[in-house]
Amino acid sequence: MKTLTVSVVTPDGPVLEDAYEMVSCKAESGELGILPGHIPMVAPLTISAVRLKHEGGSERIAVSGGFLEVRPDKVTILAQSAEKPSEIDIDRARRAKERAEQRMANKQSDIDFRRAELALKRAINRLDVKNNNF
Amino acid sequence: MASLRDIKGRINSTKKTKQITKAMEMVSASKLNKAEQNARSFVPYSEKIQEVVASIASGGGNASHPMLEAREVKRTGYLVITSDRGLAGAYNSSVLRKVYQQIRQHHTSAEEYSLITMGRIGRDFFRKRNMPVDKDITGIADQPDFADIKDIASETVQLFTEGEIDQLFIYYNHYVSAITQEVTEKKALPLTNLNPEGKAGTSSYEYEPSEEEILEVLLPQYAESLIYGALLDGKASEHAARMTAMKSATDNADDLIGDLSLSYNRARQAAITQEITEIVGGAAALE
Repeated sequence: MKTLTVSVVTPDGPVLEDAYEMVSCKAESGELGILPGHIPMVAPLTISAVRLKHEGGSERIAVSGGFLEVRPDKVTILAQSAEKPSEIDIDRARRAKERAEQRMANKQSDIDFRRAELALKRAINRLDVKNNNF
Repeated sequence: MASLRDIKGRINSTKKTKQITKAMEMVSASKLNKAEQNARSFVPYSEKIQEVVASIASGGGNASHPMLEAREVKRTGYLVITSDRGLAGAYNSSVLRKVYQQIRQHHTSAEEYSLITMGRIGRDFFRKRNMPVDKDITGIADQPDFADIKDIASETVQLFTEGEIDQLFIYYNHYVSAITQEVTEKKALPLTNLNPEGKAGTSSYEYEPSEEEILEVLLPQYAESLIYGALLDGKASEHAARMTAMKSATDNADDLIGDLSLSYNRARQAAITQEITEIVGGAAALE
């Protein structure tokens, strides 16, 4: 089976680099599945989980925005943060979720509201990836 | 001549200071190590994002974005990276002097520029001179995470996109080696020289959904990464500067202790000689 190299890079350093059979992720325009030999492409990602399939199963990574660069044999994900399930601090994510919900409940300005909304999305995404909720 | 007791006291206090500077030197050395590592692990991200931005900017041709275009400059933003604490030699003062000179040269009124400072020393410097510090962040960790500065970075980029400022310069100390740091001025916005080597994009990409929308996401992220990169570079310089400053303080303390010990011994010798002379003189008087 052909594979493609996937590397996930954040400002704090590379998170992962390995060979996989398929990458599926959620771009701004919808779900994307990438197999080896894909044409070169760039697409922005939403706050979501990226699924990486290899022979024995699949892995999940929680990404917060960023984008995806595809070459025929290589996929690079550049995100402001990306975490494997084992790296997610579940208590912190839960606290962040509560905080964001509170802020959204007593909304003051539009900017704060938007920021809280994004924070909430990130927190929910982390929790989902950690708990394998898909 | 100072008394023996005075000299002894000075030797002791210098020795204690030396212990402190020595400890600070070692702490900075280990922090420098980590800061260097951080800067290194950031390189893949910045290279990749630059590559993609450059290939979009040079490849498409019809892609345009406000962040890519130079416009008439009414107001200039200066992002100044300093440390929170002193005792780092010329680290802060050289950056601040450079920014101060630039502002004096190019601007006549406070309306024409706006300052964004990272670090307490920079903020205090400009506040004291009644210069407009629009945003500031202090208490940045020695090993900053991207998340720590994301807010100020994106707010700064927003200032540009909303037209508050028309260009942005970053001032920081570039880390050359453990003993050399260079004050660097970097034009961060607008992003006009994305493709300095003039090399064409390595591959033509398919854009999903469209070039404009990608640039919308990508360019702010790129600008933020420039700021973060400068901060990491600055942090490495800070630790290096502090290490060098503390090393020379320790060396100075050694010299001082040497000089003081010499005069201490001389004074002791003089006292003994005097005593002997007095005894001999006394004995001679008795004969």
